[in-house]
Amino acid sequence: MSLVDRNSVTSLMLRSILATIVTIGLIVLLDQSWGSIPPLGRFLSPQHGIWQNAEAVTFDHGGTEQLKGLRGSVEIIFDDRLVPHVFASNDEDLIFAQGYLHARYRLFQMDLQTRAAAGEVSEFAGERAVRFDRQQRRLGMVFAAEAAVREIERDSVALLLFNAYTRGVNAYIENLAPEHWPLEYKLLNIQPKSWSNLRTALLLKMMAKMLASDNNQDIAYTNLVGRLLPQELRLLYPEVHDSLVPIVPKGTTFPKPTVVPVRPAAADHARIGHSDIMSFSEIDQANENTGSNNWVVAGSRTKSGYPILCNDPHLELTLPSIWYEMQLSTPANSVYGATLPGSPFVIIGFNDAVAWGVTNSQRDVRDHYDIRFRDARRNEYWYDGRWEKTRIKVERIAVRGADDVIDTVAYTVFGPVMIDHTFTDSASLAKAVAVRWTAHDPSNEGMTFYRLNHARSYGDYLEAIKTFECPGQNFVFASHSGDIALWQQGKFPARWEGQGMSIMPGNDNTYAWQGYIPQEENPHVVNPERGFIESANQRPTDATYPYFIPGNYITSRAVAIERFLASMQNITTADMMKLQQDVTNVTAEDARPLLLTHVDEQRLDPAAKRYVQMFRMWNLQATPWSLGQTIYDRWWDSLQVALLDDELGLTQRRAPWPKEQSILEILLRDTTLSFIDNTNTPQRESLTDIVTLALNRASRSLADNERNKELTWSTWKNVTVYHLLRNAVPALARSGLAVGGDGNMINAVSHSHGPSWRMIVQMSNPVEAYGIYPGGQSGNPGSRFYDNTIDAWARGSYNRLNLMKQSEARKASRTWVLHLRGDV
Amino acid sequence: MRFLAATATSIFLCYLAGLVLPWWSIAICTFLVSLIFHQRPRLSFLAGFLAVFLLWTSLALWIDTQNHSILSRRIAGILPLDGNPLLLILTTGFIGGTIGGLAASIRRGPAMNEV
Repeated sequence: MSLVDRNSVTSLMLRSILATIVTIGLIVLLDQSWGSIPPLGRFLSPQHGIWQNAEAVTFDHGGTEQLKGLRGSVEIIFDDRLVPHVFASNDEDLIFAQGYLHARYRLFQMDLQTRAAAGEVSEFAGERAVRFDRQQRRLGMVFAAEAAVREIERDSVALLLFNAYTRGVNAYIENLAPEHWPLEYKLLNIQPKSWSNLRTALLLKMMAKMLASDNNQDIAYTNLVGRLLPQELRLLYPEVHDSLVPIVPKGTTFPKPTVVPVRPAAADHARIGHSDIMSFSEIDQANENTGSNNWVVAGSRTKSGYPILCNDPHLELTLPSIWYEMQLSTPANSVYGATLPGSPFVIIGFNDAVAWGVTNSQRDVRDHYDIRFRDARRNEYWYDGRWEKTRIKVERIAVRGADDVIDTVAYTVFGPVMIDHTFTDSASLAKAVAVRWTAHDPSNEGMTFYRLNHARSYGDYLEAIKTFECPGQNFVFASHSGDIALWQQGKFPARWEGQGMSIMPGNDNTYAWQGYIPQEENPHVVNPERGFIESANQRPTDATYPYFIPGNYITSRAVAIERFLASMQNITTADMMKLQQDVTNVTAEDARPLLLTHVDEQRLDPAAKRYVQMFRMWNLQATPWSLGQTIYDRWWDSLQVALLDDELGLTQRRAPWPKEQSILEILLRDTTLSFIDNTNTPQRESLTDIVTLALNRASRSLADNERNKELTWSTWKNVTVYHLLRNAVPALARSGLAVGGDGNMINAVSHSHGPSWRMIVQMSNPVEAYGIYPGGQSGNPGSRFYDNTIDAWARGSYNRLNLMKQSEARKASRTWVLHLRGDV
Repeated sequence: MRFLAATATSIFLCYLAGLVLPWWSIAICTFLVSLIFHQRPRLSFLAGFLAVFLLWTSLALWIDTQNHSILSRRIAGILPLDGNPLLLILTTGFIGGTIGGLAASIRRGPAMNEV
């Protein structure tokens, strides 16, 4: 070989090597995530990536599957909305099929929500989620779920069913090829995790956290205790609103309490946080817009003569929806309603004998105790005059792209120490705060739903709900036989007056809970003379209830519901649909005269003058195109700030803001109170000064909105149903929905919260039921069933909910039939 | 002729491999084809690129048509593609094509007809 040849061969080899390196390098580059960019090669490959999630619009959801862990065979008949009507020969196979279907249509959401509950988000989201994960673990979420699993294992029926559910979910996951993983796994570049009973328990604890967390905002409230006088606190944060319409009608006499907690002698002086504002802001504040309506009318008030039950739980609206609609049938029982992917049974629904629904009790079931550790190791704390040992739980948090984080959580007699020197906003204050929360106590909420699914009578319902502990719920009930009822059910501490409003001393058991309100003494109404019962997150009783029951109550929706129901006769399901869509602003009804009396039009800007005219003409309906509602909303917010910023500003805005209703009622009672004055100015302001100033301020932002054509109520609040990954994937959300209402109206639709499931059930024979939720039966953004019900929901339409016999379903279905067969 | 044969064989092989192997099997396929149908590097690259580009865009287009662009519009909104399904299909083809082309141009040496 000549020298020239050898040179050219060397050069060719070098080029080959270079080309190989470039090719492999690019493959490696395109096979992994870069920040939020998915691994583009795999992601876009038509045979592996997202294109595999693009479901043909004619896709056949039917077929036959051989599945491990199924005893017999199950027939699933989907209707044209992809609602499965499941027919199994026994409960165990039925619940297996439910788990299988939940996974088939909602795997990512179940996986994400339970990872979040357990504090395992950093594993895929990286370091930015570490604080969130630590918080979940410090709150004892896994600790709580483990206690729930132990309860499940003690009950043979529960264990059989929860095991069947877990097997059903895993049967789907195990047969799932990576190209068919839900889209979000490909986007985040993660893998599905197998299911367990612990994860089911975690999901239910997540609901407990969402609904029955710190409803009293103890820590934030502690900041106020040092800043305001006791009478000021009572004024701004009243126990009972003047306008309260409780669940249990006023005038009902309550029996003498059987548990009488003793108030510690030193309670008045033993407040924590007198001198310093706590350095941490409130953790996981309950969202003001999370609430619900339910009501039931007796046959005496309906056209058909049968009770009608209605429920619309207001939660964060998400895609996929928190709910999945199903019919679950065995030869022995048949039930229909909203199920919660990640948990067995129907949660809100009906069978041919009974219907039930839930709203949140809003009761405070979580308290906080000041803990004194012996030293930074947190192995011992001062309790009952000596150093008591803590139980140390070491939490290892896997973090994507970084080393694991080790977190040490000390458990005391009260519960986990959530806040200590390793977990605060500022290192300067070494306070330690332990959490006492009913969600940590062993209980098995799931079985309440199992028993409700099978209930035939009021007695069955009562038996079913008795064991339900946390989150406290208002269980509304109606039966074909004509009974109506509502129990506020939960495990609630029997508190002495003022107990648990702020952080309490934790040096001994003086301030600990002394007992619980006996279940029979929980607020309830059964077959009232007047023929209706309602709950809408209001305080359950008036001030004569013999227990101290603080909570994050919402007053106005109940006022509206009660007013309408009391005036209705010959009620039909169509009337109930109209009522669920009602957008009358009853708070503004009281606030408008006050505002108009006190505004000094001479001192208004030209723009503000126009707005006050529009506000005066407003019909008090918060329709999507209402201008008056937007003006009211901005004006009232501006007024609250003008009134209270001087007082509450001292707390660096870390205090819970008083409720709209509280401020309104104070002003309706007395317009000369001292707090009206702005203490930051030399002169003394009157209510007129403040109301006028507030509108002038608000009118500037209103004018901006008007210029941008965002003055109508629905454009201003911009109703949005976000994907579970929120702002990471705006393209998967639906925004700009034209829906009226707001958190304090019956149709409680705010920016991203609202009626997550609307249900109306008339207990005739056959049952006549309607329902809808914003979203679709499939969690897959590549399916036509991903968001197909959103527009109908926004318009206020309903779907007929058909509880069908197997033969009827076979005849009615022109869609898909899926057969599951045991693989023995 | 050789160019067309290389392209056609690559399309066929890449499709089959994609049914069972990971996405980057396209690189193995176009590389193997380049060994059989030996061409100048530039032509070889072009054949590999075109093969995977055509395969991936037509698969994506087929799926997209069946899907009425429900998903592609959303994905093209997540990626900076202005919510445009066609751009997503072309991006898909371009990424696959680039890998296919690069792998096809690895073998350097005198083309058969030059030996």
